[in-house]
Amino acid sequence: MTQFTTIPWGGRVQRADIPHLPFDTFRTQALDIVKNGGKVVQFFAYEDQGIMKFMAVLRTHELLAAGCDAPEMYPSLTQECEPFHLFEREIAEQYGIRPEGHPWPKMVRYHENFCSKPDVFNNDYTEDIPGNYDYYQVKGDEIHEVAVGPVHAGVIEPGHFRFNCIGERVLHLEIQLGYQHRGVETLLHTAKPKQLPILAENIAGDTTIGHGLCMAQAVEALASVPVDAGAKIIRTIALELERLANHIGDLGALCMDVAFLAPANYFGRIRGDFLNLSLLLCGNRFGKGLVRPGGVRFPLDDEIRKTLDERITELKPQVEHVLELIFSASTVRARFEGCGSVNTADADHLGLVGPAGRASGLAYDARRCFATEHYPHLLIPKNAKPTGDVDARARVRYDEVKQSIDIIQFLIGKSVETQPVEGGIAALQALAPSSLAVTLNEGWRGEVSHAVLTDDAGNILRYKVKDPSFHNWNGLAMALRDTGISDFPLNNKSFNLSYCGFDL
Amino acid sequence: MLTILKNRFEQGYRTCSYPKEKPAVFSRYRGKPVIQKTADPDMVNACADACPQDAIDVDQKKIDMGRCIFCGTCERLSKGEFVSFTNDFEISTAKKADLLTDGELPSLADHAKQHFKKLFGRSLQLRQVSAAGCNACEADLNVLATPFFDLARFGINFVASPRHADAIVVTGPVSRNMKTALLQTYEAVPEPRVVIAVGSCTLTGGPFSHSGEVAKGLDTILPVDLFIPGCPPHPLTNLHGLITFFK
Repeated sequence: MTQFTTIPWGGRVQRADIPHLPFDTFRTQALDIVKNGGKVVQFFAYEDQGIMKFMAVLRTHELLAAGCDAPEMYPSLTQECEPFHLFEREIAEQYGIRPEGHPWPKMVRYHENFCSKPDVFNNDYTEDIPGNYDYYQVKGDEIHEVAVGPVHAGVIEPGHFRFNCIGERVLHLEIQLGYQHRGVETLLHTAKPKQLPILAENIAGDTTIGHGLCMAQAVEALASVPVDAGAKIIRTIALELERLANHIGDLGALCMDVAFLAPANYFGRIRGDFLNLSLLLCGNRFGKGLVRPGGVRFPLDDEIRKTLDERITELKPQVEHVLELIFSASTVRARFEGCGSVNTADADHLGLVGPAGRASGLAYDARRCFATEHYPHLLIPKNAKPTGDVDARARVRYDEVKQSIDIIQFLIGKSVETQPVEGGIAALQALAPSSLAVTLNEGWRGEVSHAVLTDDAGNILRYKVKDPSFHNWNGLAMALRDTGISDFPLNNKSFNLSYCGFDL
Repeated sequence: MLTILKNRFEQGYRTCSYPKEKPAVFSRYRGKPVIQKTADPDMVNACADACPQDAIDVDQKKIDMGRCIFCGTCERLSKGEFVSFTNDFEISTAKKADLLTDGELPSLADHAKQHFKKLFGRSLQLRQVSAAGCNACEADLNVLATPFFDLARFGINFVASPRHADAIVVTGPVSRNMKTALLQTYEAVPEPRVVIAVGSCTLTGGPFSHSGEVAKGLDTILPVDLFIPGCPPHPLTNLHGLITFFK
């Protein structure tokens, strides 16, 4: 019988009601839950009145939480159970707490820890470049390495990819990130109330609504601020518009990488049309400035609603026809099918989420499993695919594009009344003391989660952010095993993960 | 084959006629801020306090577009009586000081470096460097290559190597971990080279300016020739900046 306690998602819990276990019990029980099919939503360290503590939030069909005092070093959980892998490395980097026996004790983002302890990785941070690290090497006469990045050939974010290859075949890909590190978590817990929503929206600009919603819901839970039904509908529309723009952009980019230029250009243009619909709602193509604690800053008045409806009605057949064009082309299928497969067992061990997880057979979707906003009233299909290849990752997007258009059309049909809010500052100044709120939302890349702990004065004690990319980068590395290096761009696009969301 | 032709027919011709005609943007878009100098000082103070970016200069009654993220808080608070954001997306400047504005901007075309027009007016190759950008600025630069904006019709392209480039286009607040790579990319561009800063993070650190992990503006590291404000700048702002500065 687990001593972890069930907590609500998007709700407030008194910290006193979260079991504070002896470390050994915490470890055994966390392992037990995850080995039996549970997943890690959050696992982080924080400092409370001079004492280092751990907090774990796991998910089965419900959310489970427990904490413990953090030892100086401890037997790694990862050596028994892979989904803890990056979380333990992150804790080591942020707070200098060493997981003994961790199979891959490497820095995550390359920065000094938050509490001036000796560095776990023996890095010299006067050196500017992450990559001050011996990459994993395959030895052999015919092995060669390919190093790519941090500055890539396209207009994209920076990261370093190190391939160990035999001929064209990739034996191992190692991904080193951290170039985008801006100190987001430190900023979030020291920011003035008026700055905090802006910071949350800028964690990853392509997931503005996903992260903005997690922030707003956490503040609403901690300050007991109600949100009216109209605002929930507008937020749901905004999250689906974000999904549409990005999925359509990804499908276009995938076509570009298999040299099918016509649909690549059509979807490039149509993606912009969907970004413009976010601008129609709130004045910003990425939805920045729309979601705030307590609701939304902009109402959906009849004129805007009518324009939105007309544009979606106009775009829907175009989208469907381009989708048909892409997926009926034998040249596309020849490149997509069987390329970069991640099987269900590997995906499960890595803890993949979002479209990448669903493409590998993991049906989890926070919109269905931990529904918030208007999602409890919507039917979200499972969208899981068995093959785990580029084709599956593209087809999940195919399904979701069609569903998102339907969802938006359905929601536009509803009359939406909402009382617009401004900055949500009153809510941010009235957080309940000694509490925890954990929020989950299905962004277009998968599960976005924020966990906010307050101290006994109601100040933010720890603000923990997790972008879905934190789970999924190792999925890309796994997909490249035994794949031709020339298929890297295609696989990379099929995951299209966030660098800044990971690097924070 | 029939599907390909049907789609091509349906897509039609999509390229906008900018700069001949300005395309319409939706009414909630917030472009160039215009200041009412006669505004009540209490109102100005209230707006300055509420501004999440501390972008309002109370004494001069001006707004710093380098810090501003165009959230519209001041416009809403003052009900347009102090600041109102127009639909004008042509807001780039050649000097950082000009970003501090009351709504009057110097003509971008008349900047001091007219020789750039002769050198790059017919062909300009850009190397983009994302230095901790949130992927919004990057996305709205990328979109310039799509048929609606069609940057290539002006002889401007994004290229894969700094060795092929005339200019670097920098986005993001320049994290400590990207600084070296950014400087190396800059060095790799043959002279004479141009530096273009895109987005409030790049201009001043933006929402991250309080972090010790980022620079307080690209101009503290490299000589910047063109400043394009916004969070992110609208693609038309980028387009206007590039063609007006170089053509």
